Amino acid sequence: MTADTIPADTVVNVPDAPGKRSSLGNILTITKREVSGYFASPVAYVFIVIFLLLAGFFTFMVSDFFDRGQASLVMFFAWHPWLYLFLVPAVGMRMWSEERRLGTIELLLTMPVTPWQAIVGKFLASWIVLILALALTFPLVITVNYLGNPDNGIIVAGYVGSVLLSGAYLSIAAMTSAMTRNQVVSFILSVVLCLFLILAGWPPVTDLLVHWANPWFVQAISAFSVMAHFDAIQKGVLDSRDLLYFISVIVFCLFTTSVILRTHRAG
Amino acid sequence: MIEVQNLTKAFGAKLAVNDISFTVQRGQVLGFLGPNGAGKTTTMRMITGFIPPTAGDVVVGGFNIERDPIAAKRLIGYLPENAPSYTDMTVRGFLNFAAELRGFRGAEKTRAVERVVEMCFLGSVLHQSVETLSKGFRHRTCFAQSIIHDPAVLILDEPTDGLDPNQKHEVRTLIRQMGEKKAIIFSTHILEEVEAVCSRAIIIDSGKIVANGTPAELKQKSTLAGAVTVRFANGDPASMKSKLSALSSGERLTILSEAPTAARIYPKNNGARGELAAEIGQLAARENWQIEELHTEEGRLDEVFRTITLPETAPRKS
Repeated sequence: MTADTIPADTVVNVPDAPGKRSSLGNILTITKREVSGYFASPVAYVFIVIFLLLAGFFTFMVSDFFDRGQASLVMFFAWHPWLYLFLVPAVGMRMWSEERRLGTIELLLTMPVTPWQAIVGKFLASWIVLILALALTFPLVITVNYLGNPDNGIIVAGYVGSVLLSGAYLSIAAMTSAMTRNQVVSFILSVVLCLFLILAGWPPVTDLLVHWANPWFVQAISAFSVMAHFDAIQKGVLDSRDLLYFISVIVFCLFTTSVILRTHRAG
Repeated sequence: MIEVQNLTKAFGAKLAVNDISFTVQRGQVLGFLGPNGAGKTTTMRMITGFIPPTAGDVVVGGFNIERDPIAAKRLIGYLPENAPSYTDMTVRGFLNFAAELRGFRGAEKTRAVERVVEMCFLGSVLHQSVETLSKGFRHRTCFAQSIIHDPAVLILDEPTDGLDPNQKHEVRTLIRQMGEKKAIIFSTHILEEVEAVCSRAIIIDSGKIVANGTPAELKQKSTLAGAVTVRFANGDPASMKSKLSALSSGERLTILSEAPTAARIYPKNNGARGELAAEIGQLAARENWQIEELHTEEGRLDEVFRTITLPETAPRKS
């Protein structure tokens, strides 16, 4: 310390006076950049096309959409937990690992933004890409409405459930991508974690568990699963507990992301 | 503007930065020197708030970087090591993004971007994606990002690394100009750069400050400082040698070449500058030796740097 007194130039006029920038503004700036990043590379296009192709294939070819003679999208949504299992980690794997690989994380986190704004901004951007792909399945809704009289309330609930499900998977992918600069590692880790969330409540697995574990234990495990909550919403019941489940998975994983990022920076 | 107090960073058991303190005022350019792995980048990352210190404080413009990070970060422009940028964006898109995060909107944003595009000569690549740019342009794009909000404090980690000589010159000129109004810290391996740009230099080694002063002060530490180098066109080497080593204000003599004789004479004390040179001049006049060259050495930074940071292999006094 050479200067004992506070230098006269301590107070500085900067173009962005404190308080002028809202945190929402920062989040939106980051989200905008990330979304344009997805569309500047083939990632978004490849994802959307493959999602639509696979969704169509499973709905029409595997599930015999037409032969069932029902005007509903149950067979469309039933595949989403499996479809998202690979596609969502593929979209989310670059979220933080790319920042770490390029070193841009150092730029981003030394800007006047909080880590939370960056985490939420990036998460929203990837979610928007997923929601966009899902929205492009609207011809299915038109088709069933043309062919019969479906319960559109259930269809809306189905879409809400699907959006929440993709958000939950995506938050897991965000978390694993913060762990490593290697996108492949990030992808595999998040697929495994998402698979666990599916299998924990998937009837073939729970049926197996019942044989040797206490029923309360099986129930506790399956409460962690996305399946029970996703199925409940697919039935057209928007129960606050199911909504709370997905929201808590997202909040928990994003919180863990912030912890991982901070730990990584602290060295 | 920048106050660093007892800053320490430990990675596990290893102390990367060990109890560093210094201040930089507005109008000062501080050169940060040190061998690779000395802790330069770690120190800069702590000053910019990228990594938290293990102990100690950083205060930028009155704001503590840990307690008031957003207010402090607003004042700082930062060029990280290797000048990272989003490779999938165009130069304009990237600068717009930086300007928005810095709080610019609408016409203000356009003006801010145009200003740095002009300063960093990016006009020709504005619509190219960063991916397709040469290293020099990438570097300048990231540099442009760091000055987009005309920050009061500028932290530059190896700003001239990987640039060609012309680009190096441009960047140095820019730093010198901006240094009149800002507080700047920059790290470098290139010692001429320190002399060309800095008002003060700090040498750190193994996480500790080992020298701190103006470039001229640091050069004074060189064993060469104050020595007189002289070259003659004629004269008998043997008698020259004996007469030169008998000079009253000289201590040691090194013969650089014989016939024609060139020699370096080291002074007894550093205080009397010019005394030794004057004495040599008088001697030459008496003996009728023709002087081709005569100058007093200022000392060399690279020698100081080596002596300080590599004590065990320091050059022997010849």
